[in-house]
Amino acid sequence: MLNFSLPETPALTQLRQMASERILILDGAMGTMIQTLGLSEEDFTAKGHIHGPGCRHHYHPDHPQQGNNDLLVLTQPQAVEDIQYTFAMAGADILETNTFSSTSIAQADYGLEDAVHDLNVAGAQVARRAADRAEAADGRSRFVAGAVGPTNRTASISPDVNDPGYRAVTFHDLRVAYGQQIDGLIEGGSDLILIETIFDTLNAKAAIFAAYESFAKAGKRLPIMISGTITDASGRTLSGQTPTAFWHSVAHARPFTVGLNCALGAESMRPHMAEIASVATALTCAYPNAGLPNEFGAYDETPEETAAQVKDFARDGIVNVVGGCCGTTPDHIRAIADAVSSFAPRKVQS
Amino acid sequence: MTNRYLRLSGLEPFVLTPDIPFVNVGERTNVTGSARFRKLIVNRDFATALEVARDQVENGAQIIDVNMDEGLIDSKQAMIEFLNLIASEPDIARVPIMIDSSKWEVIEAGLHCVQGKPVVNSISLKEGEEAFRHHAELCLAYGAAVVVMAFDETGQADTFERKTEICARAYRILVDEMGFPPEDIIFDPNVFAVATGIEEHDNYGVDFIEATRWIRQNLPHAHVSGGVSNLSFSFRGNETVREAMHAVFLYHAIKAGMDMGIVNAGQLAVYDQIEPELREACEDVVLNRVPKAGGTATERMLEIAERFLGGKREAKVRDLAWRDWPVEKRLEHALVNGITEFIEEDTETARAAADRPLHVIEGPLMAGMNVVGDLFGAGKMFLPQVVKSARVMKQAVAVLLPYMEEEKRANGGEARQSAGKVLMATVKGDVHDIGKNIVGVVLACNNYEIVDLGVMVPPQKILQVAREENVDIIGLSGLITPSLDEMVHLATEMEREGFDIPLLIGGATTSKVHTAVKIAPRYDLGQAVYVTDASRAVGVVGALLSETQKPDYVESIRTEYADVAEKHARSERAKNRLPLAKARANALALDWDGFTPAQPSFTGTKVIEDWDLAVIARYIDWTPFFQTWEMRGVYPKILDDEKQGAAARALFADAQEMLEKIITERWFTPRAVVGFWPANTVGDDIRLYSDESRTETRATLHTLRQQTAKRGDRRNLALSDFVVPEGRGADHVGGFVVTAGPEEIEIAERLDKANDNYGSILVKALADRFAEAMAEMLHERVRREFWGYAPEEAFDPQALIGEPYDGIRPAPGYPAQPDHTEKRTLFDLLDATEVTGVELTESMAMWPGSSVSGLYIGHPESYYFGVGKVERDQVVDYARRKGMDLEEAERWLAPVLNYVPTPTDGKAAA
Repeated sequence: MLNFSLPETPALTQLRQMASERILILDGAMGTMIQTLGLSEEDFTAKGHIHGPGCRHHYHPDHPQQGNNDLLVLTQPQAVEDIQYTFAMAGADILETNTFSSTSIAQADYGLEDAVHDLNVAGAQVARRAADRAEAADGRSRFVAGAVGPTNRTASISPDVNDPGYRAVTFHDLRVAYGQQIDGLIEGGSDLILIETIFDTLNAKAAIFAAYESFAKAGKRLPIMISGTITDASGRTLSGQTPTAFWHSVAHARPFTVGLNCALGAESMRPHMAEIASVATALTCAYPNAGLPNEFGAYDETPEETAAQVKDFARDGIVNVVGGCCGTTPDHIRAIADAVSSFAPRKVQS
Repeated sequence: MTNRYLRLSGLEPFVLTPDIPFVNVGERTNVTGSARFRKLIVNRDFATALEVARDQVENGAQIIDVNMDEGLIDSKQAMIEFLNLIASEPDIARVPIMIDSSKWEVIEAGLHCVQGKPVVNSISLKEGEEAFRHHAELCLAYGAAVVVMAFDETGQADTFERKTEICARAYRILVDEMGFPPEDIIFDPNVFAVATGIEEHDNYGVDFIEATRWIRQNLPHAHVSGGVSNLSFSFRGNETVREAMHAVFLYHAIKAGMDMGIVNAGQLAVYDQIEPELREACEDVVLNRVPKAGGTATERMLEIAERFLGGKREAKVRDLAWRDWPVEKRLEHALVNGITEFIEEDTETARAAADRPLHVIEGPLMAGMNVVGDLFGAGKMFLPQVVKSARVMKQAVAVLLPYMEEEKRANGGEARQSAGKVLMATVKGDVHDIGKNIVGVVLACNNYEIVDLGVMVPPQKILQVAREENVDIIGLSGLITPSLDEMVHLATEMEREGFDIPLLIGGATTSKVHTAVKIAPRYDLGQAVYVTDASRAVGVVGALLSETQKPDYVESIRTEYADVAEKHARSERAKNRLPLAKARANALALDWDGFTPAQPSFTGTKVIEDWDLAVIARYIDWTPFFQTWEMRGVYPKILDDEKQGAAARALFADAQEMLEKIITERWFTPRAVVGFWPANTVGDDIRLYSDESRTETRATLHTLRQQTAKRGDRRNLALSDFVVPEGRGADHVGGFVVTAGPEEIEIAERLDKANDNYGSILVKALADRFAEAMAEMLHERVRREFWGYAPEEAFDPQALIGEPYDGIRPAPGYPAQPDHTEKRTLFDLLDATEVTGVELTESMAMWPGSSVSGLYIGHPESYYFGVGKVERDQVVDYARRKGMDLEEAERWLAPVLNYVPTPTDGKAAA
């Protein structure tokens, strides 16, 4: 079932080489860019014509789909591809697939559990096309990271304060859901698997387990990127772990990168990122939000402001990969890429 | 960072560093080990069960074992429920969990519930390799460390041979075949009951301890654990005896390398406090010794155990006895034994008798804590017990604090006019705070206001509080090595955030050099100052907070640190290394054309048996003999030394007396073998040939080359540089092994048993001197007779110590060739084990210890040197030449590697 001696992929060899020479750039916020398109319910469902790649499966969900951003890889693939292409041309080496919520658990809110396989295959294919276009345009290699979100449930916290032993989702549920997602991401041509915005490490451990099962099925081991999120002033994940404890809990994935994303912007991420950089034997990756959201839920930090803070990460030698999360536009990514270009990547003690 | 330490986590990380001698795994949440916990689980009283877990963590358990293997309950469901509940209790969930079950299904259910990195307890070869591999694979995928029981298809291992054989096999499968991280493996070689009356069980304690030693020496990075309570199974109901047996067993097993165990910390005697007769009996059964009083160890133990039966009552009688001691002794007793019951009244009594409350802390309380520190350092107290002592200390200080406040008010006139505000913290990842607390108390007594953030304080919290509280100084403490980096990190952050207040650095691993080189330069806006001990803190803080003294003081510190840093940098610069090719290009090139090597009188080997102990004694170099006793000085001058002369003379007199007996009663039977072979250098190796035709290679001696960048015309040496290169002449190389014989071991043991530890050390030290003297004597005979290149040489035996002669006898494992495995080649060539009885252990040590081996190189310009640190390029080349795995070569050369070896399974880590 499992296999820990699979060969590494050529993409990993190439990524590792590039990462030894410079700080790599991850793309920015897909959600922020989609918001600017002002899509309607009709746009989200392509007037009801939701189908998978090759028109094999048609979906007729009875829930409204506006806001189901992941669905756009099926209904507005060109729009998604164009956003990813713009990020690539702004300097991103790694493009995230638009699949943050493409698990049966998260899609249950939209009644689209059945579409999960297609969402992931198509999500990876769309990003692959954007990557290929960018490579053709400037000759630089681009890589597709299959994005695996945390789902909206926690495996180690009870949603019911009166019943602390209760769990709304189990390790097994998560493992099955993640396995389905990762199979699709690999089939669609992802170069990496990015397990991101981890607020409960047990969810991430289920994703890691599932990834190894999928790798065994596919006969190859993709590099894994692992990214937690710390939103508490206590400096811990939502499920209560310190950054070092988090690293100890996921190190068995032998990840390509480990780090943090989202959270309350670069400034508050800094001490935690420094801690991870001081203990991790993997490369480190940081992609913060463009500061704190304003009262309208939008992000006001300018590209220069975000870039200046991310530049500090680079100057202090605590990062190997940087990018942006909520609120970061292609201009932010361009500014970040410029800001870190003169600094050497963090030295990994491996 | 790259050290292969066991790294676990709950909500907080746990790293098993060498600073932690023993990890105590809490056992009270184990239904098979605790009747109370079993009852709670069977009755589904999970709330109380959680309290049991919380108590364990508060009492110092660093990992908690959870076991639900009980026939009356659904073990899997109970495991899930209990672990889910623990996850909601941050003060329990902060430590890693050991998921314990004999059923894999239950273990896997547990693995589904913990977000941290747990330990699986256990897997084994019981059901064959396939199941074992499958379970190990799942542990890799779940991210868990693993306890491996010494259990295979034929059963549980009881003897040393079976234990080591099974562990070695499991290690090979896990590490070599599956890439399992070796640091994540914890072997459990099975603690079985001793003193059961069945003779076959008598050696079980020894088997465990020796298997532990073997595992730690032969299975790199793996750990050893065990369930200690099994040991005393036959004394159920006699708690005094059981606790004593556990303490004695742990004392020896920990020394052998056991670094983890399932122990009830609340029920463990302090080794040194065990009633001597009982301790002796425990040692006899644990170590399977014949009691001095005769009979068998078990009989003796049963006899003594009788007296401690109903030990509770007897313990009370003893309790009352110590209550009659003087108060200082009572405080010490309470601290050492972790007894809080009387601490408040005793502290009060001591305070009433003292001039000032502070004197109680500085006097009896510190004296008691020093005893605790000494016992801990000697491995006679264990960490959980020390934690208990610290707790007693805190209670005592709490009694005194109000009085000190009062005193301060009385002296200062106004209340709370503090001389300054000092923030104290033990840095993140470190829990040691005794020193910090003492400094805090001392400063508080001097009118400083202390903001104590406690232990494991993250840097952002320190800075945040420093700002909010507007403190005048930050004091950092740490005892373990990773804390050093934390302190550097904090200094960097202070600079970045624009702080300028002084930063004090203290704690056992800190040093002036580290502070000067690593911390102070990161903090330009303010000054980092190293504080040697608590007694200096007041002076340093006073100077730093005084407006008049501060500028001069800081200036003097800066000058001093700049000087320290400069010296350090100079010595570092001096250590620049060269690539191997460049080092080889700078090899020593002797003039071979003008050199005709002497031919030895024989080739092959010769055994030397006609040794006269009296003659050997004349060749003894006495200076190292005094070093053995930690007395530094050169013989014979040391005998007249002002300070240690008297002690040295007494020791020397005793040594002469024993020497006399050794000679007249023929205590030792020395033996030696010497050999010569046709030899030439090829590259950095010395090739030995079967005969003078020099066509067939008999063996190859591998040598290592210095890689230090040399100044001027100094060369990068390897031993091969002193031997004629192939095709340039007919050189030879010799080899030898000498031993004073195995008798010293027996004699030392006999003396030990007679409680004559001094005599025991003395005889060993003298046996070592005899072996060294034999080496010197044999070398002389080689030069004059066997090799014969200096037939006229005639030095006085004592003059030989200065090495005035031609040629050297470098030993494998010593500076000129640091690789101990070269001894194998030498021993094979000489057939040394067969003819001298000297054996090589797995770690290439010679047994008996009073033995010396080495090569003979005859070139008149040869001399001793140190290879120093070597680079990876040379080790790769060397491993290839030796036909050894790189990893194995790195293991043997670990002390001289100038780099950190890369783990082979760490590919994904980039």
